[in-house]
Amino acid sequence: MQHQILRNKNKITVISGVLIALGFLSLWTVGNELVFEWALIIASILGAAPIAIQAYQALKVKVVSIDVLVTLAVTGAFLLRNFEESAIVTFLFLFGAYLEQRTLNKTRSAIKELTEMAPESALKLMDDGEYVEVEVDEVEVGDVLLVKTGAKVPVDGTVLSGEGSINEAGITGESIPVGKEKESKVYAGTILDNGTLQIVADRVGEDTTFGKIIELVEEAQDSKSEAERFIDRFSRYYTPAVLLIAFIVWLFSRDIASAVTILVLGCPGALVIGVPVSNVAGIGNGARRGILLKGSEVIGDFSRVDTMVFDKTGTLTMGAPAVSAVEYYGENIPEALGYLASIERESDHPLAKAVLDEIGETEYSVVENTEVVKGGGIVATVNGHRVAVGNVALMVKENVVLNEKAQADIARLERQGNSLVLSAVDGELKILMGVRDQTRPGAKEHLQELKKLGVKHLVMLSGDNQGTVDIVGRELGLTEAHGNMLPEDKSAFIKRLIEQEGRIVAFVGDGVNDSPSLALANIGIAMGGGTDVAIETSDVVLMNSNLGHLPHALGLAKATARNMKQNILIAVGVVLVLISALIFSDWMNMSIGMLVHEGSILAVILNGMRLLSYRQKA
Amino acid sequence: MMKAATLQLETLTCPSCAAKIEGALKSLNGVDQGSIKVLFNSSKVKLNFDADTIALDDITQAITKMGYIVEKSVVK
Repeated sequence: MQHQILRNKNKITVISGVLIALGFLSLWTVGNELVFEWALIIASILGAAPIAIQAYQALKVKVVSIDVLVTLAVTGAFLLRNFEESAIVTFLFLFGAYLEQRTLNKTRSAIKELTEMAPESALKLMDDGEYVEVEVDEVEVGDVLLVKTGAKVPVDGTVLSGEGSINEAGITGESIPVGKEKESKVYAGTILDNGTLQIVADRVGEDTTFGKIIELVEEAQDSKSEAERFIDRFSRYYTPAVLLIAFIVWLFSRDIASAVTILVLGCPGALVIGVPVSNVAGIGNGARRGILLKGSEVIGDFSRVDTMVFDKTGTLTMGAPAVSAVEYYGENIPEALGYLASIERESDHPLAKAVLDEIGETEYSVVENTEVVKGGGIVATVNGHRVAVGNVALMVKENVVLNEKAQADIARLERQGNSLVLSAVDGELKILMGVRDQTRPGAKEHLQELKKLGVKHLVMLSGDNQGTVDIVGRELGLTEAHGNMLPEDKSAFIKRLIEQEGRIVAFVGDGVNDSPSLALANIGIAMGGGTDVAIETSDVVLMNSNLGHLPHALGLAKATARNMKQNILIAVGVVLVLISALIFSDWMNMSIGMLVHEGSILAVILNGMRLLSYRQKA
Repeated sequence: MMKAATLQLETLTCPSCAAKIEGALKSLNGVDQGSIKVLFNSSKVKLNFDADTIALDDITQAITKMGYIVEKSVVK
């Protein structure tokens, strides 16, 4: 019976709404007071039933819930034969709860979409050599699985055979196809756009990167800040206090009407729901883009950050050297490029890969008489030509003439922090390439956005020499750049900023060898996540290396923190206005109180929902 | 023997639901009180319980009796 009533709450809401409408209609059209009264009596009893049951269940476990207040208030009004109030208040309370549920689901939708991306089944290789569809829970580490086009990768694994391209949006938040072949790593929750892969399971279920993300986000959306814990403690005593106040009012004034009105006006709904709603919508917005904010405490601290410290290599720069500039001299350049590639192809020098990537497809020739000149480069015979590849010192040694333009180019590229690769064919300079670890695309613009968001100090720390660090620092418009720093120097630097200068510091790193700094900073931000350590020690995880997500993350944290404050303000403001209206005016009654009250709950939910569509303005 | 359970409930819509469920679970013998976590937004309950004293069914029952549907439960 109890369950029946609770299950059909929505139907009861509709019926009681129709009854109230009928009652008023008969009163206003034909002036039939008997129909009016009975319609409202039935609506009151019907509507009060589910609320009373909820109140009873709460009291059984010693919780004085809102239902208790409303049940008492409605009973009071009913006994006073004020059926109009009792019917309207119950209806508004039920209808409000229905709207709350609908809108609340919207604010949670972003995270729900993410969790629904979890794979459910897998094609597992059985002993008889056939693939059989099994539940994902039944897959164990070491199982061999088949992933077909359009299917979700069920586990974290390694490709045994096959080729294909995978959309890794579920992990990185970026919908870019990534090619996979033998030995490639694949991740649970990503989708195979085309091809077929046979994989072996390395990690399953909650141990997969996707599983960790889900768990982290779910915990984060329900994590509570100091303010929220305070509100929770507060509301535990608040509802009984409202009950007590109403009782005292009745005791002294003997006015039951005022006493029950206080019960309704004192409902704390918007206050308890306001902050969680902002929290879940803000975290949901981030999660959709591969930005994981670990809870409302993190959001609060992050929104107040005034100093951002970056690790250089791999964070602000790509982490791998690449050709940044090329100059050609004289004729027969295609041939010269072919010779250069042929020589570099046989070298394992770190710069060789960058040069080969730059040249791309070309015609290779046989390389003979290769001679490695220590601290200079390589001299060899290719197609009967003497080819020298190396630095300026090698060119001088080979008596290569460096004309005025070449000398100017060399000076310019060196100034920009490049390592130089020169190629000469038969004693004549043909190609000059500048190679360096380049800054990430858009890095400068994104750092400026951070400044606009109120980060006063942008600091870069690096193990590289001060010269290189200065160049990158100037190029990106940083406020400070320090080189020659070991990991422990970095964490000591951050400690000093926090303890001696009282700054609120965020550290941005790739989590590879900077975990101490990630842990020490007020906010540790791991970029290009995926490594377990980074996910665990940091407060904010950016699942891919796109620096553009950093301003979004900061802007989102600020917007979410602001949103929480607005919601607290709305909730507290409404209660204050209602109570003072009751004291100082004569128009305040239970129905108006309930209407305003439910309105304020919807207001905070709708306000929180705005965060779902938050975008960082460029 | 202690076991960890994760229960997926129907969507919770009022924060006081969370308080009610927590209250109901706390009164159960065999449930580690400190481990009870009612996640309001993800509508999940996580707790540790002593499998020798109480069965998962009893825990599910306690929540169902409060009027909330348990959609899925996982024990580890």
